[in-house]
Amino acid sequence: MSTETEEKYENYYVPEQSPWPIVGAVALFFIAWGGGNFIHQSTEIVETGDQSWGGLVFLAALAVMIYMVFRWWKDTIKESVEGLYSAQMDRSFKQGMLWFIMSEVMFFAAFFGALLYVRQLVIPWLGGEGNNAMTHALLHPDFLPQWPLTKTPDGTTTQAMGAWGLPAINTAILLTSSWTLTIAHHALKDNNRQALLNYTSITALLGIIFLALQVLEYHHAYNEMGLTLGSGIYGSTFFLLTGFHGFHVTIGTIFLIVLSIRCAKGHFTEKHHFAYEAGAWYWHFVDVVWLFLFIFVYLM
Amino acid sequence: MSDHHPTGFTRWLYTTNHKDIGSMYLWFSFIMFLIGGAMAMVIRAELYQPGLQFVDPNFFNQMTTMHGLIMVFGAVMPSMVGLANWLIPMMIGAPDMALPRMNNWSFWILPFAFTLLLSSLFMEGGAPNFGWTFYAPLSTTFGPPSTDFFILGVHMMGISSIMGAINVIVTVFNMRAPGMTLMKMPLFVWTWLITAFLLIMVMPVLAGTVTMMLTDRHFGTSFFDAAGGGDPVMFQHIFWFFGHPEVYIMILPAFGVVSEIIPTFSRKKLFGYSSMVYATASIALLSFIVWAHHMFAVGMPVAGELFFMIATMLIAVPTGVKVFNWVATMWQGALTFETPMLFSIAFVILFTIGGFSGVMLAMAPVDFQYHDTYFVVAHFHYVLFPGAIFGTTAAVYYWLPKWAGKMYNETAGKIHFWLSMIFVNLTFFPMHFSGLAGMPRRIPDYNMMFADFNMWASIGAFGLGLTQVYFLVIVLLTLKNGKTAEQKQWEGASGLEWDAMPSPAPYHTFSTPPKID
Amino acid sequence: MAIRRKLIAGIASLLSIVLSGVVQAATDMNMRPGVTETSNAAYDLHMMVIWVMVAISVVVFGAMIYSFIFHRKSKNYKPATFHHSTKVEMIWTAIPIIILIYLTIPAVKLLIKMEDASNSEMSIQVTGSQWKWHYKYLEHDVEFFSELDRSLTITDENYLLEVDNALVVPVETKVRFLVTASDVIHSWWVPDLAVKKDAIPGFINETWTAIPADQAGKTFRGQCTELCGKDHGFMPVVVKVLSKEDFKAWVAQKDQERLAAEKAAAEAAAQSWDMDKLMAMGKEVYDSKCAQCHQASGLGIPPAFPALKGSPIALGPVDAHINIVVNGKSGTGMAAYGPQLTDAELAAVITYERNAWENNTGDKVQPADIQAFKAGN
Ligand code: HEA
Ligand code: HEA
Ligand code: HEC
Ligand code: CUA
Ligand SMILES: [Cu+2]
Repeated sequence: MSTETEEKYENYYVPEQSPWPIVGAVALFFIAWGGGNFIHQSTEIVETGDQSWGGLVFLAALAVMIYMVFRWWKDTIKESVEGLYSAQMDRSFKQGMLWFIMSEVMFFAAFFGALLYVRQLVIPWLGGEGNNAMTHALLHPDFLPQWPLTKTPDGTTTQAMGAWGLPAINTAILLTSSWTLTIAHHALKDNNRQALLNYTSITALLGIIFLALQVLEYHHAYNEMGLTLGSGIYGSTFFLLTGFHGFHVTIGTIFLIVLSIRCAKGHFTEKHHFAYEAGAWYWHFVDVVWLFLFIFVYLM
Repeated sequence: MSDHHPTGFTRWLYTTNHKDIGSMYLWFSFIMFLIGGAMAMVIRAELYQPGLQFVDPNFFNQMTTMHGLIMVFGAVMPSMVGLANWLIPMMIGAPDMALPRMNNWSFWILPFAFTLLLSSLFMEGGAPNFGWTFYAPLSTTFGPPSTDFFILGVHMMGISSIMGAINVIVTVFNMRAPGMTLMKMPLFVWTWLITAFLLIMVMPVLAGTVTMMLTDRHFGTSFFDAAGGGDPVMFQHIFWFFGHPEVYIMILPAFGVVSEIIPTFSRKKLFGYSSMVYATASIALLSFIVWAHHMFAVGMPVAGELFFMIATMLIAVPTGVKVFNWVATMWQGALTFETPMLFSIAFVILFTIGGFSGVMLAMAPVDFQYHDTYFVVAHFHYVLFPGAIFGTTAAVYYWLPKWAGKMYNETAGKIHFWLSMIFVNLTFFPMHFSGLAGMPRRIPDYNMMFADFNMWASIGAFGLGLTQVYFLVIVLLTLKNGKTAEQKQWEGASGLEWDAMPSPAPYHTFSTPPKID
Repeated sequence: MAIRRKLIAGIASLLSIVLSGVVQAATDMNMRPGVTETSNAAYDLHMMVIWVMVAISVVVFGAMIYSFIFHRKSKNYKPATFHHSTKVEMIWTAIPIIILIYLTIPAVKLLIKMEDASNSEMSIQVTGSQWKWHYKYLEHDVEFFSELDRSLTITDENYLLEVDNALVVPVETKVRFLVTASDVIHSWWVPDLAVKKDAIPGFINETWTAIPADQAGKTFRGQCTELCGKDHGFMPVVVKVLSKEDFKAWVAQKDQERLAAEKAAAEAAAQSWDMDKLMAMGKEVYDSKCAQCHQASGLGIPPAFPALKGSPIALGPVDAHINIVVNGKSGTGMAAYGPQLTDAELAAVITYERNAWENNTGDKVQPADIQAFKAGN
């Protein structure tokens, strides 16, 4: 290999000790512990009177976790600004981010897989397809296989969410946000600070609008359409897919807000802007997931 | 960078050093191994004779479940990550793992995750009792309250594994010393690279599975409930999409380990290096399309059963390539039989036997007879104990001189080996017979006709357990007053860790990259 | 060279003797061939794979052992330097593929046959629940529960493998089993028939068997093979095989029994029972049907199985109590006992629960109350 890599290699910065990981591990433990107890208390699995300390522990630990992330990133930002990070380190971060996104893809794949499996196989089987004639005849004689499944085998009914209202608007919003973010990214590479700041902020704003509309949609589903988490498999897949997507949009939006602030502070240079790129990739990933959602959850 | 150690307990809590983190992983996994093993002792004590002697059936199920979970997620996986941490940077000439702080986080999540999991033993209703495969609806609607802590614990382990895997991939792709091309990397690095890829692909799916469980349990969803249009069998599909690659996650790094050790003690280069790499990659790819061989009895359409049967049997081909390559490496070598070599040889033979029973299980029409009997238990202990555990044990004996700068007592090592070898077979071989005779797994009591096999298995198990405690003693004695090790402790060894650094390996290695030609 | 060859031959034959000895000598160590055409075919396939594996072992382990003996450093063996051979590697990729094809062909044939439940002459619905089996003959008016016979002890030959009511099937008939479950997944396995099918709640899996005529009068035993909770190990499957005529007679007898039982139940329901009688019968029913979960002490195993001692339902309004016992509670182990017990038994067990273990409500539930409840249901 070339001497160039060799030279950079010597700069590989191995951070000295850091307290944040262990703080994060403890916080994660209490998030799980508090969260688990909270679920138990609120669904009355364990009779504990009206105590709600589970929720409090959860929130406190969450706060510690956020603090930890903040401090950890502050350290990295400081190191980055001090110029400790070589191009090789940037590559480490970038590759790390890409593989992280890959793991997120697989997380969504589990839910998309469940959706497709149910639609393509389970519902027809319950309706007597394949080797399941007797399943239909003996166990669910009145069941009508269809998708969206508006009436489950046990008789729960719901309405299906159409594609051309809010979801279509949201699709447009996310597509636009991808476009604004790309403009911002190019502005960064061209060292156009003002455009960078403007377009990054607009993207974050679009994220917020998307989320607001999503809340509206859920409200509509719960209150007017009878579409809830409990509405059989249609509601299950609908809310878990869109819900986890919404959660990711939230993270992405926060990410974008932080990036906007850092843009305003002039943290990024044309060459060194790993954090910005990571945020952008993340946002595009969230976008692509939405496209799949729009097609498989709403349209088809 | 100077070679100064941070001291005190913050050395371990705050560390960013791959060697410290590697050691912590290894110790953690050994503790988990003892705890999981102690649970196996409970199982074997109960099964020593027919009749219910020590525990009630529900507690028995908790022991089975926790034993499986702890061995898989607490003992085997972290031990492999420990080896990766210690060895990969030294083998490819990197100063550390690529993302050292995250590395620390990956590790420290684990003790907390397992505290959460183990604490379920003391909760109302007891620990999870639905098997390590936690099939719905037994684990959803019918699971004990502690199931939720189990779910969250699995989430934590998943986060840890994913971060660990990302770290390995990035280190291998981005941190190799100049001249260390991919096809020059030691095979251990290759197997771990591929393992890390598997981890990233399947751990998130496991997270998805347990998330669906959680919402089915508490938020009214019906993923695994036919009444709402879901399907309990879908749980199994998603679980095994994770679960089958998971078993290769447990074995591939061990393949890597023996691929380092066998050439050393054969004083001959590894036979068929590149075919080893391709075979490992093929195993990994095939592992994504065979998952339903665990589900032949669930009533899949015949076409599905045929597909999964044939795909599964195909895995024997690349695995065979690996076995043959190891044999060819030994063939016409100048063999010596130090402890690591003994464990590696036993690995090859016993793993192959486990692989053979795997191929038998893969044949769907006969699997109807084997499925969920002790024959399956025999199969997977053969690939896991003399496979994954012997692999790690061999690695510890082989690299301990490098890690600690101290040499273990060879006689003690050999005693450990022979006892392990005898007892592992005494424990698990009779399980083939009890399975064929018709004994289902996960039962606390059985008919007289299975009594002999079970008695032998239990006797073997107690011996095996004590032998592993003896291993702990050997390691502790070595650390305390072992002889000083040489830089290149093994005559036939090669690789950067032996050629380019003293023993013990200094706290920081390769602050400037080595030259590789 | 000669010594080596002898050694190879020696090791190879030793290995095969040991292995074949292990496999063949003791038949009780091996899979049972079973009694049907398919079970025999499965057995044959099993033996075929074993022999293939033995053969591969001899070659692979033989080569290793040969190396251990002759290529050791202590014999001053000089290591060779080869580390690659495309030709050899091709060969040892191709040979396993051929072996696998050889194994796959009969396996595919057998699998397709085993999974073809069409053209059956008789259908039985098999429903697993915690922890018993329910059998329903679709063409006949016969159905019953089948539970572990807990009176046997360890020394009995059929300890854990005996039930109160065995499944009865005729010979020379293609019997289709429609396997399902009402709570968690179970699995219905009879090794001698080579039938194992998971019982999935909400779905029906089909499988079948056809038992040859010479097996009439025999009994085959198996167990539930999918972990289904606490008493998974105590859920045997017993199949009695009858000749065609005997089977007809058995069905007729079952019809008689059913009519008699209905009559007796009607009579029992018509009369009013006194406390002692209710309590005595109630205890009997409770101990055999309910105690495995709620425990004889009435303390249950909370939180999975609630205590009935002091339970708000056992102490509260009678109707709620009747309701949960008759209708069960879906999604829990509490099955609907309405169809499983007679009205008198239901009345008795409920009375028992309301008065045993210091529950002392003094309530007497009469069979007529149950009838009234069912009517209003
Ligand atoms: C390290 C872990 C590990 C490994 C490596 C394997 C390897 C294999 N396993 Fe195993 N398996 C488990 C762990 C593992 N397994 C576990 C934990 C379970 C139970 C899970 C549970 O239910 O709890 C299980 C269960 C399991 C089942 C389900 C059984 C059932 O429940 O009914 C099946 C079925 O196909 C199977 C098949 C195989 C096959 C074909 C291989 C192959 O990879 C083996 C390949 C190797 C060889 C074949 C030997 C070497 C090859 C040669 C010398 C070449 C020549 C050989 C031939 C031509 C045959 N395994
Ligand atoms: C790598 C994985 C691994 C390993 C190493 C082992 C090791 C052992 N396993 Fe296990 N086993 C599994 C993975 C593993 N197992 C899995 C996945 C299952 C399936 C679970 C399920 O069905 O859901 C299983 C199931 C299983 C069963 C079937 C249970 C059932 O179906 O009900 C049995 C039965 O004998 C068993 C036995 C043993 C024994 C005797 C050992 C021995 O090798 C253990 C050796 C013992 C020790 C290492 C302990 C030494 C310690 C002491 C003696 C005391 C000191 C203790 C302290 C200080 C705390 N195992
Ligand atoms: C397989 C296990 C099992 C068996 C056998 C069983 N039950 Fe139950 N029973 C349960 C479970 C689980 C519940 C809790 C249901 C719930 O979540 O409300 C329950 C609840 C009850 C309750 C309500 C108690 C309360 O406080 O909520 C009564 C009464 C009852 N069972 C009576 C019976 C009777 C009578 C029998 C036998 C004829 C019986 N049970 C057999 C598992 C069982
Ligand atoms: Cu029913 Cu196991
Ligand atoms: Cu598998």
